Amino acid sequence: MDLNAKKQLDDILSDYTRDSSDLIPILQAAQERFGYLPEEIMVGIAKFLKLPPSAVYGVSTFYAQFKLTPTGKRTVKVCRGTACHVRGADRILQEIEKKLSIKPGETTEDLEYSLETIACFGSCALAPVTVVDKAVHGRMTPQKVRQILTDSK
Amino acid sequence: MVDFDAIRTQAISEWESLGKSPEPVIFIGTATCGRAAGASDVLEAINTALERHKIKANITQVGCLGLCYAEPLVDIIKPKRPRIHYGNLTPELAAQLIEDYLIKDNPHPDLALGTSGNGKLPDIPQLYELPVLKPQVRIALRNCGIIDPENINHYIARGGYSGLAKALEITPEAVISEVQKSGLRGRGGAGFPTGLKWEFSRKARGEPKYIICNADEGDPGAFMDRSLLEGDPHAVLEGILIGAYAIGANQGYIYIRAEYPLAIERLKVALRQMADYGLLGDNILGSGFSFHLKIKEGAGAFVCGEETAMIASIEGKRGMPRSRPPFPANSGLWGKPTNINNVETWANVSAILERGAEWYASYGTEKSKGTKTFALAGKINRTGLIEVPMGITLKEIIYGIGGGIPDGKRFRAVQTGGPSGGCLPESLLDLPVDYDSLAQAGSIMGSGGMIVLDEDNCIVDTARYFLTFTQAESCGKCVPCRLGTKQMLNILEDITGGHGKPEDIDLLGRLSNSVKAGSLCALGGTAPNPALTTLRYFRDEYEEHIVQKKCRALVCAALTSYYILPDKCQGCLICLRNCPVEAISGDKRQVHIIDQSKCISCGVCLEVCPPKFGAVVKVSGEEIETPARPIPITASKPSKGTTSHE
Repeated sequence: MDLNAKKQLDDILSDYTRDSSDLIPILQAAQERFGYLPEEIMVGIAKFLKLPPSAVYGVSTFYAQFKLTPTGKRTVKVCRGTACHVRGADRILQEIEKKLSIKPGETTEDLEYSLETIACFGSCALAPVTVVDKAVHGRMTPQKVRQILTDSK
Repeated sequence: MVDFDAIRTQAISEWESLGKSPEPVIFIGTATCGRAAGASDVLEAINTALERHKIKANITQVGCLGLCYAEPLVDIIKPKRPRIHYGNLTPELAAQLIEDYLIKDNPHPDLALGTSGNGKLPDIPQLYELPVLKPQVRIALRNCGIIDPENINHYIARGGYSGLAKALEITPEAVISEVQKSGLRGRGGAGFPTGLKWEFSRKARGEPKYIICNADEGDPGAFMDRSLLEGDPHAVLEGILIGAYAIGANQGYIYIRAEYPLAIERLKVALRQMADYGLLGDNILGSGFSFHLKIKEGAGAFVCGEETAMIASIEGKRGMPRSRPPFPANSGLWGKPTNINNVETWANVSAILERGAEWYASYGTEKSKGTKTFALAGKINRTGLIEVPMGITLKEIIYGIGGGIPDGKRFRAVQTGGPSGGCLPESLLDLPVDYDSLAQAGSIMGSGGMIVLDEDNCIVDTARYFLTFTQAESCGKCVPCRLGTKQMLNILEDITGGHGKPEDIDLLGRLSNSVKAGSLCALGGTAPNPALTTLRYFRDEYEEHIVQKKCRALVCAALTSYYILPDKCQGCLICLRNCPVEAISGDKRQVHIIDQSKCISCGVCLEVCPPKFGAVVKVSGEEIETPARPIPITASKPSKGTTSHE
């Protein structure tokens, strides 16, 4: 691990005791800082909590929130909740896949965009919903896809 | 010792001053959905307008009133006037409203939804008399959209924490008995009697005991708990305190999904305020009862809504369920007695202790007491967050409160209970909404998602959609769920993909029953419900997909095809240029032809064909005769007003 990463990890860990029930909050804080969970960071967390690295890896691969590869500068999240589904979320997703040339879970080569689907954003009245970083776009249409991707640049 | 009466008196005077102050009070709904609808821009426009006109006003941000279809919502109280609720505001309209109502005293009936509080205004109806609100009884949502969720005094002024104060004066057993008398059942979906659950934890041996609030609202299409936590967090927190006192717990956790940042923020604010008022920590209100509460953020796993999986997740492990017994009441968090209830259940508890079990039990049916919140969405005119007395019919909800189906379309089905529930047909619209009636019909009450489907939605595709979700969320621990949901999904994908075989229907039914019976937890135990109910009520649609290769809603891409009508095509080349797979041939002023062997049914040609031509049609289960190759246009130019095809 390079010195800078180690310093950042130590900084995160200073907020926690060595209680293994804090594993998930620690992973969340690490991902917030690094954008994803690099292997050496997970190993560092394992050492801190006195857990085998396999336990940390097991938890980080179980939960959808954790990413093991770098993500793009911007994240496009397409809601696939029921209300969005019945109002045409599939077409929105297809259009974004086409525009960015990536599938959900992937990141564009220039590390500009990551594409994700979420189970439900909870703004069903505005279905279909797409979220770019923190901006929520409701009542989406395939035509609006181009606009929200340009707006966010 | 903390004097709760003094706190209450002060809170009431603060709340009442809102209506009496010479300054107008402006409330704006800024829950997640309000913000998504543009409330932040409206708020900014209001602030700018107030500044420009040099008007002093008290701006209060509130949660969600549940009228999602009319977001963004703004309420204004002027001295000696009722509170006027305005909907569908844009920044421009809001700025205009500030000028017109606050300066020129024109209340703008054209923008108003209704009034509430004392007094009436001409041409504006009373809000709670509107068809969308009149059938509703708001108990869990009593303060949502009305009070400032970040101001504990608002909550206290409206009766908040009086339930806790009462509970602390009686014995824990008496509190449990009160909850039992109310008939409250778990609002997370399963409907287990809350008081009985508490009694098990109270009597369980082992110390310490734990309380968990399940705020891991994971059902797609459900947002009741989010709205409640964003709009009135103290109602939930007070309930948790009462439960903790009743079972004898001194430590609790709120397990909330990380996808709800605003709800988490509001909870954190609320916890700080409680501590300041002596409502959290050691020796609460001088009663000797101590309680500490921590927020645990989920990390994106649907199965963690299941009690034993949630416990594993709080312990820092993979969130996988385990077999029961032992039940969490005896062996839960770190092997200690643990009681878990959902957000809405807790918000009902605080109301029950405040107003009494008898009052609560006067709503609802014999076996399902009280009210239930629903997130009403899908193909419905008035989407929203509603709370209705149990026993109301589906029809009253969909057509009364929801205002029916938009665009004159026909009702197809209503889906309750999300991925664990089922699709109910038109013939069951008179079904009363209570735990037992819904279960008998093959669906479940669930946590409260209610999605309306119209004729443009395919039933088989809906079943496939839910299986995609549950299959992906299956934790993989037990075989029936891990492999069964995968096989069920394969069958449904075959049917929607045009490869269905007649024997698939029977196989899907048998497989569903095995997964239901053999799964370890409720995720697998209820995952087959969408398939089972659709097989039960919409079998003919499965048969159509399999035998006639027809999707009547024109949703399943593999079963739909697109044709260009020779007598309508004007040979404009637009569809030809937009087709992503070069399946369209033709030339200027020649009838275009779609090569069906190349077409991927993406629908782009239909979208781009100018509406005045309306030459592209989408069909399923039939073929339309078209020329073998492009031919010169013979059709006359369309007259104005030709309608487009869909």
